[in-house]
Amino acid sequence: MTSLALTDLVADYGGERVIGPLDLTLAHGERVSLVGKSGAGKSTLLGVMQQRWRHLGAALMPQQLGLVPSLSVFHNVYMGGLARHSTWYNLVTLARPFRRDIDAITPLLERFDIADKCWAPVGELSGGQSQRVAAARAIHQRGGFLLADEPISALDGPLAERVLTALGEAYPTSVLAMHDVELALRFTDRVVGIADGRIALDEATHRLNARDLLELY
Amino acid sequence: MRHSATVRTSLGFVALALVCLLMADFQISAHDPWAELGRLFLGVTRPSFSAMDYLGEAVVRTLAFAFVGVGLGAAAGLMLALVFRHRAVRTTCAFIRAIHELFWALIFLQFFGLHPLTGVLAIAIPYAGIFAKVYAEILDESDPQPSTVVPHGAGVVSALAYTRFSQAWPHLASYTAYRLECGLRSSAVLGFVGMPTLGFYLESSFAQGQYATVGALLLLFYALIATLKLWARPRLLPLYLLAAPFLLGDGLPIRWQSVSRFFTEDIVPEPLRQGEGVAGLVPWLGDILANDALPGLWNTLLLTQIALVATGLLALMLYPLVSQHFTGRHATGRLRGALGHGVLVILRSTPEYLLAFILLQLWGPSMLPAVVALAIHNGGIIGHLVGQRSNQITLRPDAPRGIERYAFELTPRLYGPFLALLFYRWEIIMRETAILGILGIATLGFYVDSAIQEIRFDRAMILILITALLNIGVDVLARRLRNRLRLRHTASCEP
Repeated sequence: MTSLALTDLVADYGGERVIGPLDLTLAHGERVSLVGKSGAGKSTLLGVMQQRWRHLGAALMPQQLGLVPSLSVFHNVYMGGLARHSTWYNLVTLARPFRRDIDAITPLLERFDIADKCWAPVGELSGGQSQRVAAARAIHQRGGFLLADEPISALDGPLAERVLTALGEAYPTSVLAMHDVELALRFTDRVVGIADGRIALDEATHRLNARDLLELY
Repeated sequence: MRHSATVRTSLGFVALALVCLLMADFQISAHDPWAELGRLFLGVTRPSFSAMDYLGEAVVRTLAFAFVGVGLGAAAGLMLALVFRHRAVRTTCAFIRAIHELFWALIFLQFFGLHPLTGVLAIAIPYAGIFAKVYAEILDESDPQPSTVVPHGAGVVSALAYTRFSQAWPHLASYTAYRLECGLRSSAVLGFVGMPTLGFYLESSFAQGQYATVGALLLLFYALIATLKLWARPRLLPLYLLAAPFLLGDGLPIRWQSVSRFFTEDIVPEPLRQGEGVAGLVPWLGDILANDALPGLWNTLLLTQIALVATGLLALMLYPLVSQHFTGRHATGRLRGALGHGVLVILRSTPEYLLAFILLQLWGPSMLPAVVALAIHNGGIIGHLVGQRSNQITLRPDAPRGIERYAFELTPRLYGPFLALLFYRWEIIMRETAILGILGIATLGFYVDSAIQEIRFDRAMILILITALLNIGVDVLARRLRNRLRLRHTASCEP
């Protein structure tokens, strides 16, 4: 995979400019966090990336998660791997999952503390549990890179870190919209600060500290 | 109150029905109607199950035609639902569902004869049109978000199965189960035009005056529908669907020359066949319109409007039977409620056609049996749905009781949903009214049936076409009225 680039990007919503014009390039092996106060345009920017780069093999974690409430946790995670299997294999799995997929997905659920919910419909889970299911799905997809909008917004403390670590291990290349500045600094290599739809800051993480980022808020 | 649009519309409908009533024919011409009715009741209370082979075959064939027909209809409907956004598909579906199962059966009888294919297609085709519409509505209501995160490269079928279908599954399943019940009724009624299902056995038992067998057939039919939930288990359905095609019976073999003759000769308009050319078409069409279509249309409309108001009145009278606000919630109340449910189940699971057939045997030919049959069946359905709706209402503790509770508390609150349901069934009542003509009441179906008896299929096709257009027209009108009166409707109150 070569580098991913957006040039001269603009996005309007209801006749008003929400994004851009801006240029942004994502290099292979680079973990980028998007930070900025709410309404700055992070989600819109990430949405554009998700739309444009989906066909390049991106794994997506939108803010609304995109889970199917009537399906079990297992099936929602399995959906990440739909493209790896034939149609008939997927249809059989819907009725009766294969052992090897269960064996592949269970460790992921154990790592996220939701193994006991494996066969529960996602509609019955809490917000934090659902978010972990969406993260597991993104990891199970084994895509080329990850685009995640607030992947840990409903998680706290150790669980949030555990999910970020797992996502980081699975995806050396990623863009994460983050509201927690400290975690953004710890878990990504490059921070892009968004203010009023434009790039207000673009710096390697090791040259930044939390106070530098506060100016954005 | 007179200023509310809802009340004005209702009064308009009642006035129209009264005018229609003056012009309609409501005569009991039977020799001794009450004695006949008495014999029928005796038959139902003392049914004879001695002819087990006979009864068993009626039940098995009825089930087999229902399963194969509804199964094929559902599969085709599902495919069509996926492309339902195309105008051509929507129009085609509206058209094929505007033609009643019995008309489809009459058409297929001409070229497939008494082959099982006739009965199967007669159910599958109109049902496919209905399934397509309702499935498309259900799928549209599912959340589109999950489809946007499906990995790139996943097949269309896999993606749909995991996102749209998985979300809509419970609704799709419950609607399909409901249609299966309708399919059982359709299948039973197809017997009246010669398919080997319940209607056929009923008709011949009636003709031979074997009321005990008639009673047994009716009781079996009610038992079949009342216990549907017990035997139609999701796990058993694949088994039923696999077995059903082998239980349709052999019928008579298809004569392929009659198939080709049907398309190349029978349905070609007479003037064209006689070489009179297009110029001959105008007087020919004029003749059909003046002698068949207009009288049939007139009687169909007359009967529909009377039956619609009768249905509404009956539904308003019946709903307290299943409303907790009238039956009460304690032990005796629940018992009363269960009894009420039983009555309504019997009313609504009797197909109009079957009921009209029985009443016609008892009272002789006039519009009366048709109106009573339509009102009983449809009133039973709407009464049941309105009663269920009333149970969602919470009354204040000191609310009045009895007739005052009915007139001041509940009926005004339920009137909107009631009207929505009634308008929803308007098209269905009209479609059924047209079809009851086959029994000898002079609605459109009567003229279609006569044209077929006279082996003038070109005329029959034109009349069926007119009936379909009439149904589509009423459907559009009812939808407009519902929108104007801001009445909401749900898919579950379909035919």
